[in-house]
Amino acid sequence: MTDLIDRPTTDIAADPGAPHHDDHDHAHDGDHGHHGPSGLLKWMTSTDHKVIGINYIVTSVIMLVIGGSFAEVIRAQLVSPTSTLVSFSQYNELFTMHGSVMIYLFAGPFAFAGLANYLVPLQVGAPDMAFPRLNALSYWLYLSGSITMLLGFFVAGGAANFGWVGYAPLSNAVNSPGAGADLWIGALMLTGFSAIFSGVNLVATIFYLRAPGMTLFRMPIFTWNMLVTGILILLAFPVLTAGLVMLYCDRHFGTHIFTVQGGGVPLLWQHIFWFWGHPEVYILALPFFGMITEIVPVFSKKPIFGYKGMVFATLTIAALSLGVWAHHMFTTGAVLLPFFSIMSLLIAVPTGIKIFNWIGTMWGGQLVFSTAMLFSIGFIITFLIGGLTGIYLASPPLDFFAHDTYFVVAHFHSVVMALVLGGMAGLYFWIPKITGYMLHEGIGKAQFWFMFVGTQVFTLPMYLVGLHGMPRRMAVYPNNPSWQTLNIWESVGALLIGLGTLLFVVNVIVSWKKPIVAGDNPWDASGLEWFTSSPPPHHNFVSLPPIRSERPTWDYNHPDAPALGHGHAPAAATEKVDA
Amino acid sequence: MESAPLSSESLDSATTPVRRSKRSKALLISLVAPLLLAGCKVPSFGAFSGASKTSNDVFKLWQGFSIAAIIIGGLTLALILWAVFRYRKRSDEIPKQTQYNVPLEIIYTIVPIVIVIGLFTATVVVENKVVSNPTPQATVDATAFQWGWKFTYPGHKAVVVGQTTQTPALVMPAGQDVRINLVSSDVVHGFYVPQFNFSRYAQPGMTNTFTFNISKPGVYPGQCSQLCGLYHSLMYFKVIVLPPASYQAWLALKDASTSTADAAAAALANSLGTSARVPTNPSGTNYGVK
Repeated sequence: MTDLIDRPTTDIAADPGAPHHDDHDHAHDGDHGHHGPSGLLKWMTSTDHKVIGINYIVTSVIMLVIGGSFAEVIRAQLVSPTSTLVSFSQYNELFTMHGSVMIYLFAGPFAFAGLANYLVPLQVGAPDMAFPRLNALSYWLYLSGSITMLLGFFVAGGAANFGWVGYAPLSNAVNSPGAGADLWIGALMLTGFSAIFSGVNLVATIFYLRAPGMTLFRMPIFTWNMLVTGILILLAFPVLTAGLVMLYCDRHFGTHIFTVQGGGVPLLWQHIFWFWGHPEVYILALPFFGMITEIVPVFSKKPIFGYKGMVFATLTIAALSLGVWAHHMFTTGAVLLPFFSIMSLLIAVPTGIKIFNWIGTMWGGQLVFSTAMLFSIGFIITFLIGGLTGIYLASPPLDFFAHDTYFVVAHFHSVVMALVLGGMAGLYFWIPKITGYMLHEGIGKAQFWFMFVGTQVFTLPMYLVGLHGMPRRMAVYPNNPSWQTLNIWESVGALLIGLGTLLFVVNVIVSWKKPIVAGDNPWDASGLEWFTSSPPPHHNFVSLPPIRSERPTWDYNHPDAPALGHGHAPAAATEKVDA
Repeated sequence: MESAPLSSESLDSATTPVRRSKRSKALLISLVAPLLLAGCKVPSFGAFSGASKTSNDVFKLWQGFSIAAIIIGGLTLALILWAVFRYRKRSDEIPKQTQYNVPLEIIYTIVPIVIVIGLFTATVVVENKVVSNPTPQATVDATAFQWGWKFTYPGHKAVVVGQTTQTPALVMPAGQDVRINLVSSDVVHGFYVPQFNFSRYAQPGMTNTFTFNISKPGVYPGQCSQLCGLYHSLMYFKVIVLPPASYQAWLALKDASTSTADAAAAALANSLGTSARVPTNPSGTNYGVK
């Protein structure tokens, strides 16, 4: 591994395949301009990681709005136990596409392809991703996959309607005929390959394109998390893609992999799906953990507390996440309960370490409650709720009665809404770097309160109604009118979240009309991305500060700041590991 | 915790034991209090207390997990809020740049591991009860299909079958081990009875076997919990638990194909005083079910 560390940039520049950044940067002297197409053509043809990153962010936020609008219709339907706002089949399509759009088209692409694309090369001091053309291909595969999935609404029989998990044999040709299901499968293959290529690019970039001095243990935690996310993508996504090929063959080529009639095993689909699906939970979550870990120290005016513990916690989560998939299958009666139970329970330990490290970072600091910081704290609290309720579900006897009820829906919506709050924190934090202009803080804070309060009003009644026995994916609940009150509260919460999201759109427009110039480093942040201009020039850096710790920009800007404290540990301990 | 001047040499022997015993009494009370409370009244935390001994054990496990979650979550939330209010910006001074505190980090790694081991142990104890399959005193074969349920009784001609809004009834004896053999004839369904604190997938090509021993006669609502297609929302059933003699009588009536058997069984179960009446679609809509 040592040859990966301290690799000088001259090595990279000497590689004929790698872009030469020195001559560009000096020629343009930090100018954003570049010899190439401009306007729309630039956005369509660019291989610049920043352009592709923005493409990803904009597309995925549009997907968030689309997926969110499906959720609002679902919540409107459930306000009454016997609502007929949408038909049963429309309802099944709506929640299938809500889950699919949010998981496959928003959360992952936003984090591991959008912000990561933009930030990772900047954070490691590289001019671009390792494979710029592959990166562009990733984006176009993602966009075509997204359009493919949404086209399902326009074909006969409607969009896929078997839930975002597509359980066999409900998803076979007999039970789900029609092109909507095939478009769903095709879309997941396209976005799956997009994700795999993003994973390749992230891992290669982080291993090979780090600037001199940027050792692994000086990398920002966001970059660390993206490295681990990239590795998890490479381990998990090919399994899903293979499963989708099998499903497609079952539907069209007469194979019987998942059908009993030909000697197949329907349960196999669940194993394949969740072998991807649970690492996927962390593929989604780790980038957001990384964002929070970047933001909390900046607004506490302190380094991240327990940096190395944070890295090991991330690695432990990733390792454990590959051995917990069957906790989604406790009620199948066909999995080894104690093994998957203890593995799932153990994930609480590294996750807890992260939460304590965030608290430790704030402890004794000078906290500034910018919008990004508010969203980060909102993330931590919401994730705490989602994490604690996840512990129940790791216990098979408790999962037996909570499984497939709104308790589970509430649990993972606490988690994913925490991710949405974290994503908003990330946007408020990095948009000044990406655009060169600040977002309006006042509107941002109003947005935070709408979304944070909305999230709790939305999820907390869901836990209760689940415990009262309401199964998920019910279009109506005529036998149980007593569930209505809690459902109304959930819908009110969903409405607040929707209004919060609209405020974000308003904020973007307001900030566009009345721009406030951000400057290079508006937050006094510590990563390399804050050393360059906002937005950064074509190949990112005109010059780099010396990288002698995990906070190079801070070290450069605060030569007289107090040295790092190590609590009870000897100060030399970390230096030894770094060297 | 020991304050500085408190050493065994400096204090006379008369006062020390008193202080000690006071302190240990306080400690004892703080340890026992939750247990005493548990004996009296622990809140349900929203869950059903369970209609059988086993499902009540699951409920107690739920309570234990909830107490742990509230203590851990409460402490963590308090720490977050304390940090937020106590350390808000007061000056431009750069605070102490603390980055590591290894003993503290080890503590908050070890303590959660110990808690996890405790939760896991409790889980395994209850889990073994839930999944045990003793020799049954009655057996029911349950088949799920789109969109309804069929219940048959091996060795008997009795068949109960019904779909969507018809709400078929699984009739079983109270206080006996009843084995259910569950299978699906098409897609994956979920056999879910909230008040039994239990659900299990009904899967094609694979029979799941589990045992209930319901102490209290009554009617318990159930429904499909796993998405199974268009009319998933209406795939209801109910479990009617009768005293063993009544159960045998019902079975005999069913074997003789008496059409009023189910209605009689339901009326009997309701008359035995149950908290769990099953409402049947008060709106009367049939949502276009054919």
